[in-house]
Amino acid sequence: MNIISILAIPLMIVGIVVYGMAKRINVYDSFVEGAKSGIENMVQIIPPLVGLMVGITMLRESGFMDVLGQVLKPLTNAIGMPKEVLPLALLRPVSGSGSIAIVNDIFKNMGPDSQAGRIASVMMGSTETTFYTVAVYFGAVGIKNLRYTLKSALVADLCGMLIAVFVARLLLL
Amino acid sequence: MLNYIWCGMIVLSFVTAIFNGRIENVTNGAMEGAVSAVETCIGLLGTMCLWTGLAKVAEKSGLVEVFAKILRPVTKIIFPKLKKDSPALRTIVMNMVANLLGMGNAATPLGIAAMRELDKLNRGKNTASDEMCMFVVINTASIQLIPATVISLRQMYGSQSPAEIVVPVWICSVCAVTIGVVAAKLFQKRSRLL
Repeated sequence: MNIISILAIPLMIVGIVVYGMAKRINVYDSFVEGAKSGIENMVQIIPPLVGLMVGITMLRESGFMDVLGQVLKPLTNAIGMPKEVLPLALLRPVSGSGSIAIVNDIFKNMGPDSQAGRIASVMMGSTETTFYTVAVYFGAVGIKNLRYTLKSALVADLCGMLIAVFVARLLLL
Repeated sequence: MLNYIWCGMIVLSFVTAIFNGRIENVTNGAMEGAVSAVETCIGLLGTMCLWTGLAKVAEKSGLVEVFAKILRPVTKIIFPKLKKDSPALRTIVMNMVANLLGMGNAATPLGIAAMRELDKLNRGKNTASDEMCMFVVINTASIQLIPATVISLRQMYGSQSPAEIVVPVWICSVCAVTIGVVAAKLFQKRSRLL
């Protein structure tokens, strides 16, 4: 299992490059052209990330996260979720930059290979910013009545979070 | 929505800090958070460029179409009412491939294009069609092959094996997408009975 995880990235890089060579495109020029757009992406998320990282660090330093963790302890204990991961589960569907900020905070304080770090990694990698996606896609075509979209998406999110805890514990800890 | 959450975070941390006598920690936290945000972005910049670069190569070489061919049978099960060669189904498939390859930049415009096509089939009604709901539900679940951001963050903080999470992420994503699709299908049936 671990071998597949470790091989996935090199295989993908080599696969994309070799396929490009076989199709006789200028692989290097295309790569550089694409890499340029990566800079724009990253620069764009600096301002929201500064805002959210300030908010999350302030909240942690004030001791609020500890209070919240204590209050919700029965719940997190029941599903085997470390209390540090709970804010991620709550913010993930709402804000992508906010989730990066929390994951960053967990890695910094507990390390990426800690129990909380690994569960947060799997959760972050396997879920999306649900509310943002719904707003952008339906907003683009001016649909007002979303019917069962949000219900289904949130059911999937909730199950995804629980499965992330379960899978990370089973395979990584 | 984020507006309320963010303001809430700031006010809450101030109030909690007063009760806990941790005002100074909160001040330091604010500064530390701002610095950390920029450091994180700079740390992620290289890998972000690596993946957007590779995504461009995949796009130009036509690798995206190869993936699209593999995905088509799956989309026929999820969207039984859409015709095989319809522009709607074609853009839906391209959007999914862009998501799979982590081409966030391409995925959103393709997704919006797919919504426009579905909107035409829906004759511009204000109410979402079943296909629209299903398509958006799939897009709210993550189906990336390589969770690049998390992996590079793990690397930045000195993980022993940054990529070890790949298979667990796949398992988790597939479960979540499947649950989303099944939930949407069930709600769809129920909405028709009512």
